[in-house]
Amino acid sequence: MTAAARYTRTAISMHWLVAVLILAAFPLGLTMSDLALSPLKLKLISYHKWLGVTVFLLAAARLVWRATHTPPPLPSAMPAWERYAAHGLHHLLYVLLLAIPLSGWLMSSAKGFQTVYLGVLPLPDLIGKDKALGDALKEVHELLNYGMLGLVIAHVGAALKHQFIDRDGILARMLPFLGKEKSQ
Amino acid sequence: MIRLLAILSLLSSSFACGAEPSAAQLDKSTLVFVSRQMNVPVEGAFKKFTAQINIDPARPEAGRARIEIDLASIDAGSSEANDEIKSKSWFNTREFPTASFVSSSVKALGGGRFETTGKMTIKGKTLESRVPFTLKQEKGVLILDGTFPLKRLDYAIGSGVWSDTSVVADEVQVKFHFVLTH
Repeated sequence: MTAAARYTRTAISMHWLVAVLILAAFPLGLTMSDLALSPLKLKLISYHKWLGVTVFLLAAARLVWRATHTPPPLPSAMPAWERYAAHGLHHLLYVLLLAIPLSGWLMSSAKGFQTVYLGVLPLPDLIGKDKALGDALKEVHELLNYGMLGLVIAHVGAALKHQFIDRDGILARMLPFLGKEKSQ
Repeated sequence: MIRLLAILSLLSSSFACGAEPSAAQLDKSTLVFVSRQMNVPVEGAFKKFTAQINIDPARPEAGRARIEIDLASIDAGSSEANDEIKSKSWFNTREFPTASFVSSSVKALGGGRFETTGKMTIKGKTLESRVPFTLKQEKGVLILDGTFPLKRLDYAIGSGVWSDTSVVADEVQVKFHFVLTH
């Protein structure tokens, strides 16, 4: 597999790091909101927010990297609709990677709880305390997350389809060891 | 509002024979606090309290104050927190509905700043504490402002699992703004 046929090591690392972080933040968010108020709940809420801020920063870094590094080309045999679908899905994923932490941050401010990244870096409150707005933003945050869940299922499903049905080696662009195994 | 007025009239009548007593105007006075939860500053307030303060700007050292706080009137920042804060491990408002501060002396620190020493009673525990404040005279009113740190664990506020100060810091900043007619 040639170097041009896969993403850069930086792009690959950031992709999988973001994947792991959102896989942690999503169930954490679901669990903590159901807990009764306790020290554990306060801890989990903070960890969830720190994960979210990290995802936002990594997503922004990925966008910058993406803008300055051409991704590997898609296989020439890939039908046009699949290309459009892939690009559309990737765009939406990026939108949500930024919008979800942003909605969480705003929701937190509206509920009167500032976000202090890693317990040391206070982020400014862009909006003041407003209970109704806080409740509305919570709905938005949840909806966006279920949207993300759907997108991730589609994203993973497409990757598996390419790997096991189309067998076009596209997954190896993001998992280089698959490409190595193939060439051995 | 009627209740507030009732408290005010009660105070003024009980002071009718005293020398220049002042009850804080409750609608203009505030008693707020900032706690730190996971290092996140969270603001709260007490909506109901009475402040009987007798202070003469010409002789502040002779001043006396008695503050009583209706602990169940607390707004701890969220409805969830408001329920929790009244429970046994926090204020236990059923057994200890009020907290109080009764001053015993006032010391001038210079530059319009003062410090009062007195007895702070919270959750059945009384400790000697010092509270700094400033005094300002404005058309017909006296304004007392002050901020002081209160160590919540000194009074067992937030005991049991909540005594973990890495989650909720021991130190709580209390801030008061009392407007007195005189």
